[in-house]
Amino acid sequence: MHADPRGVLTGVHFLDGDHACCEGTLAAGARFAAGYPITPSTEVVERFAWRIPTVGGVFIQMEDELAASITMQGAVWGGAKAFTVTSGPGFSLMMEHIGYAAVTETPCVFVNVQRGGPSTGLPTLPAQADMMQAKWGSHGDYGIIALCPNSPQECFDLTITGFNLAEEFRVPVMLMLDECVGHMTEKVVIPEPDQIEITPRRYTKKTPEEFRLFEPREDKVPDMVKAGDGYHFHVTGLTHDERGYPSMTVDTQDKMVNRLQDKLKPFTNGRAIFEAADLEDAEVVVVSYGITSRVAQRAIEMARAKGIKVGKFRLITAWPFPEQHIRDIAAKVKALVVPELNLGQMVREVERSAGGAAKVIGVPHAGGTVHNPEVILKAIEEAVR
Amino acid sequence: MRRLLSEIRIAGFGGQGVILAASVIGKAVAIFEGGYSTMTQSFGPEARGGSSSAQVILSSDPILYPYVTSPDILVVMSQEAYTRFTPQLKPGGILIMENELVQPGQVAAPEGVHVFGVPATRLAEELGRKVVLNIVMVGFFGAVTNLVDPDALRKAVEDSVPPAMQKLNLAAFDKGFQYGAELIHRMTEPETELVPAQEGDE
Amino acid sequence: MSECLVDIPADAINPVEPYLRSERIPHIWCPGCGIGTTVNCFARALDESKLDLNKVAIVSGIGCTGRVAGYAALDSFHTTHGRAIPFATGLKLANPELQVVVYSGDGDLFAIGGNHFIHAARRNMDLKVICVNNLTYAMTGGQTGPATPDHVISTTSPYGVFEPAFNLVQLAEAAGAAYVARWTTFHVKQLARSMEEVMKKRGFCFIEIISPCPTLYQRRNKMGDGLDTMKFYKQVSKIRNGAPTSECGLTKSGEIVVGKFVDRDRPGYFEMLNAQMTETLGDRYVIPEASSCGDC
Repeated sequence: MHADPRGVLTGVHFLDGDHACCEGTLAAGARFAAGYPITPSTEVVERFAWRIPTVGGVFIQMEDELAASITMQGAVWGGAKAFTVTSGPGFSLMMEHIGYAAVTETPCVFVNVQRGGPSTGLPTLPAQADMMQAKWGSHGDYGIIALCPNSPQECFDLTITGFNLAEEFRVPVMLMLDECVGHMTEKVVIPEPDQIEITPRRYTKKTPEEFRLFEPREDKVPDMVKAGDGYHFHVTGLTHDERGYPSMTVDTQDKMVNRLQDKLKPFTNGRAIFEAADLEDAEVVVVSYGITSRVAQRAIEMARAKGIKVGKFRLITAWPFPEQHIRDIAAKVKALVVPELNLGQMVREVERSAGGAAKVIGVPHAGGTVHNPEVILKAIEEAVR
Repeated sequence: MRRLLSEIRIAGFGGQGVILAASVIGKAVAIFEGGYSTMTQSFGPEARGGSSSAQVILSSDPILYPYVTSPDILVVMSQEAYTRFTPQLKPGGILIMENELVQPGQVAAPEGVHVFGVPATRLAEELGRKVVLNIVMVGFFGAVTNLVDPDALRKAVEDSVPPAMQKLNLAAFDKGFQYGAELIHRMTEPETELVPAQEGDE
Repeated sequence: MSECLVDIPADAINPVEPYLRSERIPHIWCPGCGIGTTVNCFARALDESKLDLNKVAIVSGIGCTGRVAGYAALDSFHTTHGRAIPFATGLKLANPELQVVVYSGDGDLFAIGGNHFIHAARRNMDLKVICVNNLTYAMTGGQTGPATPDHVISTTSPYGVFEPAFNLVQLAEAAGAAYVARWTTFHVKQLARSMEEVMKKRGFCFIEIISPCPTLYQRRNKMGDGLDTMKFYKQVSKIRNGAPTSECGLTKSGEIVVGKFVDRDRPGYFEMLNAQMTETLGDRYVIPEASSCGDC
């Protein structure tokens, strides 16, 4: 299915990442957003509030992020494609509803423009320290998808991808921007609507009598319904059976929780999104994501100028973590260098996936600004030594 | 035309339209010249009313590293910005300043820096609106650096302001550009000194 | 041998049965609990109102009353603790043709969810909020809640409650509700009528139902069982329609003022939205319709 032209601002624009993300939501077909102001993410909903009345849809500014993140899900069950936007402290408040979206398999998008933390931290300055929170922040076991754009263009493109994946797998999708990418202005090309592929919501074709709310298809994902269509379905955050009814048994729990993770398996390795270069002859590979990937690029060029054989692997899907790719690379190189704007988060995943086959060197940074490329270069030099 | 990577910093105080000036330059290259540009800005408590600065990188190729540490060109619209950022200029770079707001000479510029001044506030006031001083600066920048196609810059100005403000802003751009073009013309005359134009020069 | 006073035909069905998920009965509520009584009234109100049941959705939070959604044969949502109102807000905004009922308890709606309640009332969001107020946190074993009266004993106030309680009807009125009523589970006729009335009323409507929790509240406070509580309600309740809500605060054993207190016309959320956008944007404004983002 192609994008609804009403939401698509076809043309060449000069936009920052936050604004580009907003255009991505509109192109993806989002017609509902619930938000709460928080730096450095507010521009996304500010633009949505400005754009949506002439596109046809609703923006509502809620009383807090708890409300925003569940109002969005109400809208999804009402039939809309919907999202919410936040940053650190607001993301912390939204954790409960990431769990609710996961267990009720509500397709929706959480945009997190990461800033320095913990707590109020650095409202206007970057970090990438919510990466583990995105995966593990809500209690219990569940699966989510997280994408990391590194430019305004990708903020647009990956927002559409994010909405599509949310529909395909019926999971909450996190768009993990950072303050740098959110506030960086670059050329953003928005294609014609018929050049934008949209995954429609897969509504059931079954009758209300036949339909069971959480009966999975072969791909382990159940069909959707929406309120008002006569299905009289029940949605609950309690552990539930295929009818959607609460069932407090070990069996139901086992079946439900496993499926919530298993349904993402096809995505984990086979369809992970990444950018790789110069892996063939690499002795060392820099694994990075978001804004840090662009800083790392300079370090890579400096290293190559010194004759070091260094490759790059940029995580675009951070979650599910593309472990097989990292395992394959680790088998061929001396070391993996992982710079990130936190004190060591995704580096643990790299380490786990490498399984000791290659040295893994983290380049932590507490945030507030980006790495000095020289620091990454030093780590690369150390790695080949 | 193929351009080398150029790094620009524009700085002043909040409310002067520093970000808009940078955005116009970035947009001119990214949209109206078909090249690439990346604009970043310093956010922080100081972004509300205090000092303000924006960085633009211009290139013919996609820009990977998006930050400016040592700019080729510095445009300053306040004394504080001048003092703070002048030492970071690349040797042989270009310093563009608002004549009435900046008193030069307090810090040492790196070697070989070319200095150009423009009384942008006065020129803007002549148009009846002091607020367009940023666009006067953009026009002047266009003329003295010859880095961006003037037509592209003009289109970017038009594209960056509300319709009701287009005429005024284009006039501001033209005024700044003309001032710059005349300054360059005078400078190429053998007897003209390499100093900023002073009040009542003309 | 007991004698049947009425001849009940073998194929008779309870008139409220079509409104319930009979496959989920028996329910979890205790003997003497008032929640079932309120559900009965709700079913009767649905019956009387002749609403298209495909277009009625019910949203609950967490707690004993939070389980109501699961027993109603409607599109039903058992959400997170305190968040029934914001969830319902999204549901309503995305699909304005739905009649959205929020059915939850005093702790859920007024402690953890209190902020959402006042803001939804302020917006005059078109939601019908039914609060079963059993004056305690029942699901977790009888703790003090935001509406627990003075001097009551609870597991977290073993020496008696000393924090002042919210007067829920006054709070609702002050926050902007278009309709405010209170009944007890003794007043089943009036309650069913109020419920039917709000189905036709535009804007944010609030019905408080004082309801027994014999297991945790009445027992611990030596107030008897479910039947004793009905007698108590009958004895202390006073119907005062239009009473100033400021005079309707509750005490442990004093008067319970019941009735319809507020019934006013305020423009609803969509009306205000559409008016503002039309004024500002004119023809460029696209009125939000029921969303459909699927391929069907």
